[in-house]
Amino acid sequence: MARIDLEHIRHSYGARPQSDADWALKEVHHTFKDGSAYALLGPSGCGKTTLLNIISGLLHPTEGRLLFDGNDVSTLSTQERNIAQVFQFPVIYDTMTVYDNLAFPLRNRGVAERDVDRRVREILEMIDLSDWAKRRARGLTADQKQKISLGRGLVRSDVNAILFDEPLTVIDPHMKWVLRSQLKLLHGRFGHTMIYVTHDQTEALSFADDVVVMYEGEVVQIGTPDELFERPKHTFVGYFIGSPGMNVLPVSVEGAQARFGGTAITLPGKPRTPMGGAIELGIRPEFVRLGREGMPVQITKVEDIGRHKIVRARLQDHEIAAIVREDEDVPAEPHVAFVPEKINIYAGSWRVAFEGESERTAA
Amino acid sequence: MLELRNVSKTVGGEEHIRDVSLTLGHGTLNVLLGPTLSGKTSLMRLMAGLDAPTSGTVVFDGEDVTGRPVQKRNVAMVYQQFINYPAMTVYENIASPLRIAGKDRATIDREVRHAADLLRLTPYLDRTPLNLSGGQQQRTALARAIVKNAGLVLLDEPLANLDYKLREELRAELPKIFAESGAIFVYATTEPHEALLLGGNTATLSQGRVTQFGPTIEVFRKPAHLITAKTFSDPPLNTIVLKKSGPVFQLDGGADLPAPAALAGVADGNYTIGFQPHHLFLRAPTPEAVPVQAKVTVIDITGSETFIHLVYADARWVMLAHGIHHFDPDEMIEVFIDTRHLMVFDETGRAVASHEKLAA
Repeated sequence: MARIDLEHIRHSYGARPQSDADWALKEVHHTFKDGSAYALLGPSGCGKTTLLNIISGLLHPTEGRLLFDGNDVSTLSTQERNIAQVFQFPVIYDTMTVYDNLAFPLRNRGVAERDVDRRVREILEMIDLSDWAKRRARGLTADQKQKISLGRGLVRSDVNAILFDEPLTVIDPHMKWVLRSQLKLLHGRFGHTMIYVTHDQTEALSFADDVVVMYEGEVVQIGTPDELFERPKHTFVGYFIGSPGMNVLPVSVEGAQARFGGTAITLPGKPRTPMGGAIELGIRPEFVRLGREGMPVQITKVEDIGRHKIVRARLQDHEIAAIVREDEDVPAEPHVAFVPEKINIYAGSWRVAFEGESERTAA
Repeated sequence: MLELRNVSKTVGGEEHIRDVSLTLGHGTLNVLLGPTLSGKTSLMRLMAGLDAPTSGTVVFDGEDVTGRPVQKRNVAMVYQQFINYPAMTVYENIASPLRIAGKDRATIDREVRHAADLLRLTPYLDRTPLNLSGGQQQRTALARAIVKNAGLVLLDEPLANLDYKLREELRAELPKIFAESGAIFVYATTEPHEALLLGGNTATLSQGRVTQFGPTIEVFRKPAHLITAKTFSDPPLNTIVLKKSGPVFQLDGGADLPAPAALAGVADGNYTIGFQPHHLFLRAPTPEAVPVQAKVTVIDITGSETFIHLVYADARWVMLAHGIHHFDPDEMIEVFIDTRHLMVFDETGRAVASHEKLAA
């Protein structure tokens, strides 16, 4: 396993990048710690697959260097980088048995047959295909084939890193839960450096130690799931993480108070720096309290999704979403109030830290 | 109204659809929910007339249309893959069914612009589909289905290939678009969460059978059968097998527990109890909640919530807890089962008491 350093990596698919828009990756400068699990999360076109392909060697960056454990691998081929990859769609040998498919990467490296057998059986168990070991891969369902692909990615323990490109897209929801928790167990046991590309927030948040949120060719925030949830650094992170995303309202700020329309809203503290750009208040639907206190709203829709309800309402000229628990009622004359310590303030879409906030959460 | 009466479909000796009867009304949204290969697409093909049933009848607005091919039916379909005419503009793509129907130019223009407006495609009418994002490509396919003004619109996992957030957006818009047209909408998905967000009615499918059909939230809350409860649960439904003798529940591999008052009248015997991940708690929600000791396997933190994977006796459970909680793998913790929301199934899997009754 290896530490991976990305040094000022930039990439353009065109020959002569001139404007900002020509860069598929504007600049990424970051270290992936040895033995950690990362998710690259963002909408299509954000640059996450470009970044993964640079790490795997399928792409050579226009600028910058890539180091594995301090050694420059920028010019090495995918093969020379000694990594395992799992793609969105199954990549397996149809004519081989399930067992031989899993054994292939090990036999290729001349691993002793006894060790091959032990390892393959372990993986078969994990992907729940032990009973299918002797069957040929042809004729298996798409998700069984994808499980073999995952297994092949995990079968070698001597790789520098394992890279996953949306590996669970073709897997049924129930199997996703099983595979995700097994991936996680496996990571805990073997400590592979894992990088996992996805556009699915649940997958990213539940898989990774740290989630790298990307937007328009840039990393906008790297953080643990709770940091991304509680302190989105950019309104895009607030929107992209969480379902529904964070509510964003235009406000003005004076001291430790925000003003929305005619209403004063108490903030968790005084914003630390003077602010330029449009000032906005961000509050997650989970922290909007619906009751008889606060600002009056008109409810437009209540979506009962079983474990909770999503209440959509108009607050002055703005749409606002609130989450109400299963056994809570929606009041007749509804008002909304915000949990003060869960409010974030944004200037020009970037979060402004409050005075007295610790460096870690401010970062 | 679309009626399927005892419809079955056998292909090469394999039963793809088994004795399905369903009645779908105009202006309704009907979700077909089930895992891959449960029969969703096969059922849609029968509804559309792409396939003829092996037995049973298909009736549309009182008329027997069994075996009538899709070309002679007024049906629109949208698939998981984005299917558009690549050489035509978005405008022409949307207009194509109207041109085939021989509509005049003014009508075509009016309807194309209306559909484009509804699906927020107005700025892209002059582009070709491959110059659009995936979301816009699928909006184009949806707009074409809308202008077709079909009595039956079949959507086969239409959002599956889209980004998470695009899905959220389009999913919120779809019911509004549906409501306006008055057509019968059928929407296939593998995801319980998607069915709940869409609302309407849901038919749960398992191995070619419809196991239950009714208003979505009711099917979710009151599954009549264990298989329906399992199909309609993500993360997977928590279950435990137990034996009731008199006032005591003997948990499989665990301690004896007093039977909740509401279950006191249930006959002695073996039962399977089912409960949702959010009905397991770290602190007792009511004094009646049943405490059990379970072993932690994995923790998934999603920001606002934590999924705690547990092993209890031979059962694997998932708990959905509010907030952020850290536990070590293999740690034994005490968790509480909320007895107000239990689903109880007999040995054949049939529900003996819905949690609604238990709560009463």
